[in-house]
Amino acid sequence: MQFLAITLKRCGLGLGLLLAVLVLNFLLMHLAPGDVADTIAQDAGGLDAEVMAQIRKDYGLDLPLWEQMLKYFYNVAQLDLGYSFYYNQPVTTLILEKLPATLLLIISAQVVSILVGVVLGVIAARKPNGIASHFVTILSLVGYAAPVFWTGIMLIILFASMIPLFPIGNMVDVSVERTGFAYMIDVLHHLVLPMLTLASIFIALYSRLARASMLDVLGSDYVRTAQAKGLSEFQVVFKHALRNALLPVVTTAGLVFSGIVSGAVLVETVFSWPGLGTLAVQAIVARDTPTILGILFFSSLVVVVANLLTDMVYRIIDPRIKTAETSEI
Amino acid sequence: MTDYSIQERSLQPTSARVEHPLIETARMFAGNRAALSGLAMLFIIVVVSLAGPWFYPTDPFEMVWSPFSPPGAKGFLLGTDYLGRDLLAQIIHGGRATLAVGCAAALLSVFIGITFGALSGFYRGWIEETLMRITEFFQVLPTLLFSMVLVALFGASLGMITFAIGIVSWTGVARITRAEFLKIRELEYVTAARSSGASNTNLIFRVILPNSLPPIIVQAALLIGFAILFEAGLSFLGLSDANVMSWGAIMGNNRPYILLHGFTIMYPGLAIFLTVLSISLIGDGLNDALNPKLRNR
Repeated sequence: MQFLAITLKRCGLGLGLLLAVLVLNFLLMHLAPGDVADTIAQDAGGLDAEVMAQIRKDYGLDLPLWEQMLKYFYNVAQLDLGYSFYYNQPVTTLILEKLPATLLLIISAQVVSILVGVVLGVIAARKPNGIASHFVTILSLVGYAAPVFWTGIMLIILFASMIPLFPIGNMVDVSVERTGFAYMIDVLHHLVLPMLTLASIFIALYSRLARASMLDVLGSDYVRTAQAKGLSEFQVVFKHALRNALLPVVTTAGLVFSGIVSGAVLVETVFSWPGLGTLAVQAIVARDTPTILGILFFSSLVVVVANLLTDMVYRIIDPRIKTAETSEI
Repeated sequence: MTDYSIQERSLQPTSARVEHPLIETARMFAGNRAALSGLAMLFIIVVVSLAGPWFYPTDPFEMVWSPFSPPGAKGFLLGTDYLGRDLLAQIIHGGRATLAVGCAAALLSVFIGITFGALSGFYRGWIEETLMRITEFFQVLPTLLFSMVLVALFGASLGMITFAIGIVSWTGVARITRAEFLKIRELEYVTAARSSGASNTNLIFRVILPNSLPPIIVQAALLIGFAILFEAGLSFLGLSDANVMSWGAIMGNNRPYILLHGFTIMYPGLAIFLTVLSISLIGDGLNDALNPKLRNR
């Protein structure tokens, strides 16, 4: 019951944050130089003032600001994020078309980096001065310091150009028509390099975190008790210690989600991955404001949902924190 | 009797003088080989970026040879870019803008972060509630996308780029500062200062803030590295000041040609990698030196 109440409260907070993003979006749209009428006039090669005024009236730009804002909220509540004049499509349609590719990339990168990071961290923690431990230290430094798009380009040069193991760009091989299972395999084949590139930053982060918290936990009394009653090393590490050592990893996983979305923009650009990031970069080059702001809203939505899920996972694996605020770490 | 003598010896202080904390920190830092090599590397990078343009005056914007000539050809040590401009000159001249944006953006975010963290940790109540909601808001906002929007809408000048980076990266500093303030405000010396009539401003700036600086300093060092990476990312996407050469801009310019002429991106990327690496080595060293409890990690 309490679980439900907290989840509902969190959802409320998340909605509030999204509303704030919308207010920000609206303000940006109005502070930015040029409006819809200017865009149309530019496309038409210049229009006279009367027509421009008519267009502004058609789009409701002559209404008071607060009325425009309410109208904007009302439209967004109906999933209408405006119209892209560059693509000649509603922004929502555009975004929903690209969203699955981005979700596939960021979720797979997050899952892989948590798995690999935790395994590396655990191995390193069991021998604090061993090779694995030094490897984790070096990996975490390198993973942080290398610009993610640069890592991607280096991987392309290595594993697509010099040793052609993986395809270079896009999400599917467009020269061959594939369906069903073959299509899935093709997508996975294209996914490997971008996913690894994006994961590289976070593997570094998680392995370091997992190592530190595992070292902490392995020194605690209850782990010694587990060892003393004769449990196998495997059981001690993976059944007793890991559960507690995972907590900081889960907290961080929630916190870095907006970073993952940012990283995805760069990685998608490097690999021409047809997702929201590529769309955002194209929209910025084309000065397509409704599309850019729509993407900003949708990616905030992704981050809010991811935070809610992380929070629920956290409360499931750590029953002590049924009521406490988990965001204040 | 022997027992007694051992006890007596253990009562003797181990050293006659008590070391000043700053000297102790410096000694710890100087004993850290990784941090020292980071410092040396950063020193070289800064000196080359600041003084290099005088010693290697080739104009980074001037076309000097055919495009994409490989490193070493015709006396161009690192080759030329897509317009036939000297890559080495670009890297030497580009360091200034990259480092300047990194430092300025980090400074801006440290300033915002300390303000938010200090006010919410000191005053608590509705101030904390409001400021922490704003902090959460900026945590949810996808940082790079928001900066892209700012730069795209309001123009890609160095100032705007610095602002766009600083405005999205302060949440970590705010959370750390607030946590420190919450911890320190309950300590006895703060109560003592308060009861001897110190004003709130005095308490914040002269009592609590100086004592909460260590983790903030570490975070600030890491933020410079973060801001440099961020600037590179923006430039890579084409959002850079066209009149200023920076490491990120070199990579952004040559982005369409990565497959055939990877070297044009490899070298500037390497410069960024080494800079950020040395900064994080220094940051880690500072963390160990300022945080005695973590020394055995």
